[in-house]
Amino acid sequence: MARIEVVMPQMGESIAEGTIVKWHKNIGEAVRKDEILLEISTDKVDSEIPSPAAGILVEIVAKEQATVAVQTVIAYLETDATSAAGQIASGQIHPGANADTTSSAAGAAMNADAPAPPAAPALAPQAPPADAPLPRGRFYSPLVLSIARTEQVSMEELEQIPGSGEGGRVTKKDILGYVNARKSGQVAPVASRGPEAVSSTAPGAAASRPPAGPASAKAPLVRGQGDQVIPMTNVQQKMAQHMVASIQTSPHVAAVHEVDMTVIVKHRSDHAAAFERSEGFKLTYTPYIIDAVVRAIKKYPLINASVEGTSIVRKSAINIGMAVASENGLIVPVIKHAEEKSLLGIARAVHDLAERTRARKLMPEDIQGGTFTISNYGVFGTVFGTPIINQPQIAILGTGAIVKRPVVINDAIAIRSIAYFTMSFDHRVVDGMLGGMFMDSIVKNLEGFDAGSEIK
Amino acid sequence: MAVMTYIEALSRGMWEEMERDPSVFLIGEDIGAYGGAFKATKGFLERFGQERVIDATLSEAAIVGASVGAALLGMRPVAEMQFADFVTCGFNQMVVNAAKTHYRWHLPVPMVLRLPTGGYIHGGPYHSTSPEAWFFHVPGLKIVAPSTPRDAKGLMKAAIRDDNPVIVLEFKYLYRRIKGEVPEDDSVTPIGVGEIRREGDDLAVITYGSTVHFALEAAERLSQQEGIEATILDLRSLAPFDRDLVRHVVQRTGKALVVHEDHLTGGVGAEIAAWIAEEMFTSLDAPVRRIGAADVPVPFAPPLEEAVLPNAAGIHAAMLDLARY
Repeated sequence: MARIEVVMPQMGESIAEGTIVKWHKNIGEAVRKDEILLEISTDKVDSEIPSPAAGILVEIVAKEQATVAVQTVIAYLETDATSAAGQIASGQIHPGANADTTSSAAGAAMNADAPAPPAAPALAPQAPPADAPLPRGRFYSPLVLSIARTEQVSMEELEQIPGSGEGGRVTKKDILGYVNARKSGQVAPVASRGPEAVSSTAPGAAASRPPAGPASAKAPLVRGQGDQVIPMTNVQQKMAQHMVASIQTSPHVAAVHEVDMTVIVKHRSDHAAAFERSEGFKLTYTPYIIDAVVRAIKKYPLINASVEGTSIVRKSAINIGMAVASENGLIVPVIKHAEEKSLLGIARAVHDLAERTRARKLMPEDIQGGTFTISNYGVFGTVFGTPIINQPQIAILGTGAIVKRPVVINDAIAIRSIAYFTMSFDHRVVDGMLGGMFMDSIVKNLEGFDAGSEIK
Repeated sequence: MAVMTYIEALSRGMWEEMERDPSVFLIGEDIGAYGGAFKATKGFLERFGQERVIDATLSEAAIVGASVGAALLGMRPVAEMQFADFVTCGFNQMVVNAAKTHYRWHLPVPMVLRLPTGGYIHGGPYHSTSPEAWFFHVPGLKIVAPSTPRDAKGLMKAAIRDDNPVIVLEFKYLYRRIKGEVPEDDSVTPIGVGEIRREGDDLAVITYGSTVHFALEAAERLSQQEGIEATILDLRSLAPFDRDLVRHVVQRTGKALVVHEDHLTGGVGAEIAAWIAEEMFTSLDAPVRRIGAADVPVPFAPPLEEAVLPNAAGIHAAMLDLARY
C-alpha cells in the first residue's frame, strides 16, 4: 500500500501558484494513472491535470477555487483499496495521522526527535498537540529541520512560518527570522493562530492575494430587479489583477502616430489569394505590423526591456506578445524570437498561436517570456486607444482601424489608408524622445515597405 | 611583487626550484631548444643545460616511466605533456608505478607531471581534455589546480618539493589570459588548502581552475542585479581537497554549487557533492547542485564548444536558482 501525494504542478518556469478549478473525482472514487484528475488555472492558462498514479482519491487538501503554491500537496491517493477504505471510513484524516503514512523525509526526521505524543484523546482534538508533526506535504530542508530542533521550534510552529523560497519553501532565513522574532517577543512561542493571522504576515502568500479591482471601491452595491451576478472566471480575475498591478507599477504615457498603410493594404490584397492557396490561412495585417515593430526594436533595443529594482534589463530575444480575444477572456500568446523570423515565418506563428488560443490548446510556455506586446484593437473598429502595458514589459503598441481618409501629400489632397498607432510606455525608463523615435521607426518601416517584395 | 601571466608564473616556479635544488630536472617533448609547446620552458636549456632540460622521445610512456625511475633514484623530475590529452599513453606508468610504489616498497616518488589542461581555446576534441577525474580516483597521487598566477607559481614550487607524485593541472585558457601579482620570494602555496575568493552568505560556489573566473563574474552580476551574495571557494588542490574549508562554506551558507570545466558525470564535483551530502546533510538548505561540461567530447566549432563548456551565464542562472530555492 502506498499513499501518494498529488501536488500542484509547476506549469512553467515563472508560475508560482495555481488555482483548483474543478476536481473530476470525488473522495472514494478510483482513478487510473494519467486519467484527468482535476483542472487547474494558472496565470491565464487552464490545464487538465492527469493523475500521477492509479489509486483511490482519499483526501482532497485543496478545495475548488483554492489558490496554492506550486509543489504544495493538494490531494492524496491510496493505491491499496483496503487501506483506502479504512482511511475514508474513519472520516477525514486528522492532521496528526498523516505522519504514519507520509513518506516525506521531513516528517520522518522530526518524528525521530519529537517527544511521544500524549495518549490519544478520545475526542478529535481541536488543536493538535504542540509537537505533533503536521507534514501537510510541505518540504523542509535538513538545515531548517536541524535549526528547528536546536531552537525548539515545534512542528506546528514550523507549519505556520511563511516560506519565501521557491514553491513557498521555508528557507534558512525564514526560520532564523522567525526564531529571532520569537526571541524578541514579536511572536508567541507556540502559536495557535488561525490561517488569517499567518497569511497577513506573509507577503506574497497565496491565501492573502488581494481581491481584483481597486481596493478603495467600497461603495455599497445596489442591485435592481433582474440584475444578474456573474462570477468572474479565473482568466478574468487574473486579467483584472494584472491590469490594476500594471497601472500601479508603471506611469503610463501614450504617444500616437499616424501611419499611412496604403502600401501595406495594397501588398496584402495583391497577395491575399495566392497566400491563402499556398498556406491555407488568410493573410492579415498583423504580420506586417509585427515585422515593422521587430525591425524598430532592433534599432531601438531599449524598448525591449524590463525594470528590475534599479536596473534595466535589456532582453536579447525579441518575443512579441499579441493580444488575442477569446471567449475566455484576454490572452496574450507570445511569438518567440521574432527577430529570427521572416514575414512568412511571423505570419505562420501568428496563425498558429491564434488558432491554438481559440481552441484552448495553448501551452503555458506559449504565453510566457514576452518582451513587447501588440494589441490590434483596430479589428473591432477602434480607431484610437491607450493600451495598458503587459508587465514586466515597458511598452505596448495599440493599432487602430485602417480607415480611408483624405490626406495632404505634396500640397494635394489624396485618399489614403490611414491608421493611428498608440504606444503606451513606462515613463520610469522610456522618455518621450525614445518613445517618439521608436514609433517613427515603425511608421517608416510600414510606409517604406517594399511594395514589390514577395512574402517569404 | 611582480605582475606576470599565469604561464610566466608557472615557469618562474620551475626556474626557482631548479636554481634551488640541483636534483630538479625537466623532461618532455620539445621543451629544450623549442621551449615547449606553450613556451613554458623557454630559456631553460640555455641556463640549465641538456642534462637538466631533456628533450624526450615522442613517447609519453617513456617520459612518465623515466620520471618514475629517476625519482626512485633520488631525483625530482618535472615532466611535461604537450597536452593533457596525451597523458593517456603514460597512464599506466602514472597510476601503477608512480602511485603505488610508495605503498608497496616504501620508496617515495617525488615527481611532478605537468598537464596543460582544458578547453575554451578552440582546440577540438583531442586538445581540450580535462583529465583530473582519471587521476582523482587513484590513491597515491596528488593533484593541484591553480587558478591565479600567484598560485601557479606557489603550487608548482610546492609540487616539486613534495615527496609524492603530484599532477599540476595547467589551465591553457588561463595561460596568457590572466595576469596577477606574484611574490618574488620563496613562498609556496600549500597543497590541500583552498582559498575563499569572495565572501557571501547566500550560497557557496566550490570550484577550481578556469571556472573560478566564470564563477566570480557570475557572482558579481548576481550581487549587482539581485543583491545575492555568494561565497566563491577556489579549491586550488583536488587531491587532497580542503574538506575543512568546504565544510566551512557549506555550513555558512547552507547552499552549495560545485562547478568545474570537466565533464559532469563522474567528475570531481560528484565526489565533493556526495561528500557534502554525507557529512553535512543537516546543514543543507537546498540540494547540492553541480555544473560541468556536457557529457560529449569538447567540439571544435567555437559555438559548439561554447555550448558544451560551462560559462558565466550558466553559472549565474544556477546560482540564482539555488539562491531562490
